[in-house]
Amino acid sequence: MKLITAVVKPFKLDDVKEALKGAGVQGITVSEVRGFGRQGGHTETYRGAEYNIDFVPKVRIEMVVHDDDVEKTISALRTAASTGKIGDGKIWVTNAERIIRIRTGEEGSDAL
Amino acid sequence: MTFDSGATAWVLVSAALVLFMTPGLAFFYGGMVRSKNVLGMLMQNIFAMGLITILWATVGFSLAFGGSGKYFGNFDFMFLKDVANIPNFPGYVDDFALIIPPLAFVVYQMMFAIITPALITGATADRMKFSAYCILIGVWAVVVYPTVAHWVFSPNGWLFQEGALDFAGGAVVHINAGAAALAVVLVLGKRRGWPREAMPPHNLPFTILGTGILWFGWFGFNAGSALAANGLAAQALINTQLAAASGMIAWLIIEKIKAGHATTLGAASGAVAGLVAITPCAGFVGGMAPIAIGAITGFVCYLCLTLKTKFGFDDSLDVIAVHLIGGLAGSLLLGLFADTAINSLGADGLFFGGGSSLLGKQALASVATFAFSFIVTYVVAKILDATIGIRVTPENELIGLDQSQHAETAYQA
Repeated sequence: MKLITAVVKPFKLDDVKEALKGAGVQGITVSEVRGFGRQGGHTETYRGAEYNIDFVPKVRIEMVVHDDDVEKTISALRTAASTGKIGDGKIWVTNAERIIRIRTGEEGSDAL
Repeated sequence: MTFDSGATAWVLVSAALVLFMTPGLAFFYGGMVRSKNVLGMLMQNIFAMGLITILWATVGFSLAFGGSGKYFGNFDFMFLKDVANIPNFPGYVDDFALIIPPLAFVVYQMMFAIITPALITGATADRMKFSAYCILIGVWAVVVYPTVAHWVFSPNGWLFQEGALDFAGGAVVHINAGAAALAVVLVLGKRRGWPREAMPPHNLPFTILGTGILWFGWFGFNAGSALAANGLAAQALINTQLAAASGMIAWLIIEKIKAGHATTLGAASGAVAGLVAITPCAGFVGGMAPIAIGAITGFVCYLCLTLKTKFGFDDSLDVIAVHLIGGLAGSLLLGLFADTAINSLGADGLFFGGGSSLLGKQALASVATFAFSFIVTYVVAKILDATIGIRVTPENELIGLDQSQHAETAYQA
């Protein structure tokens, strides 16, 4: 089992969700996050005073998938989230040691 | 006694319009502060509607419009004694005789007394103790506001008799509140982190909403000041509209040139600057003069935004740049644009063959109002600071006024 985490541009969320459903992902968790990377922030001007806004809004998507589905999922994520411009985001994969469905107590693949 | 029913209806409605400006101001300012202080800002404004109503009825009105003294009113009308049936207020005779019921005049003037100290809250945002605020505006509403209103509005007042003109409160409301704002800010000090940290507005839609309410209410403020439903009221109303429009456009042009974008906050600020400037002029100018007055003031106020960083005083929401400078600009421009063809009780300004005499009187009224308001407010703020303290603790400033002063949160996560 692997936990795949992706941070993507907020307006790409719908495309990514559809692509993940198409790739057979059973469920995702989405959160609104802020951060900075190579894209950097932007400036805003209020009554002539400039403010640097360092943190850029992003969406973090998390999902647990079977080891065999990792490549397929990454490819769906990359295709759907890409604009080709700086700030498209990142994907990382970590081991998920145990997965348990709360209602039934099922574990592993059965719990996905 | 018989009253003009049209005038009475219009002044009663205008009283309601002017009252509505205070919650409008609350949203105008509330949108500009950080989200942890928005209730603090709304509360300071809404509370002015409670406190000053009582103070005005018990003593404030009497100090502003009672007696025949040149410098101060008296206590004849305390608790509005005998006011309902009085034939005329002192000085309000002949040319100045009122054609509305005395109580309509009392309640209409009350709304001005409420919003004037509320204007100060924009300068002191995010850091003033609520208890100190209550005492400050309470004292202010009894000592400062009625005195300046007496000088300028009452036909017995010395500035009125000098010939200074102020149709709806350029000096009494805007210079008066702006000077007080500067005084309190100097005692209060800067917000923690200012100007190093970014403190951007948390809800500009609130600010635009508030601007709409202020603009709407301003028709009651300026056109209601005719105290009649006649041609002069119509003149004041169209002047108000024209100056708000030209103030907005002028601000946006200079903002686009100097900062790169025309912003919603700029549109709101420019409109308010135009409205402030036309306030003293509304019933004394005509033609296209209000467009010039609004536009010149929009430019000037924008250029004055940087004064606070140059001189290092944290006028948080630019009350000085918009209200003090805007009020000064309007009062002085009246010395140029006033026209007796519009109002025979006014005077002719420099551009209408009156020479520089009116300009001098306008300058005198502006300086006298500024000096009195600044000095008294500074002393009151200093005394409060030395006794109960006027500033919240550093921890409370960090937590925000909403939680520390009112035990509430505006937006639940």
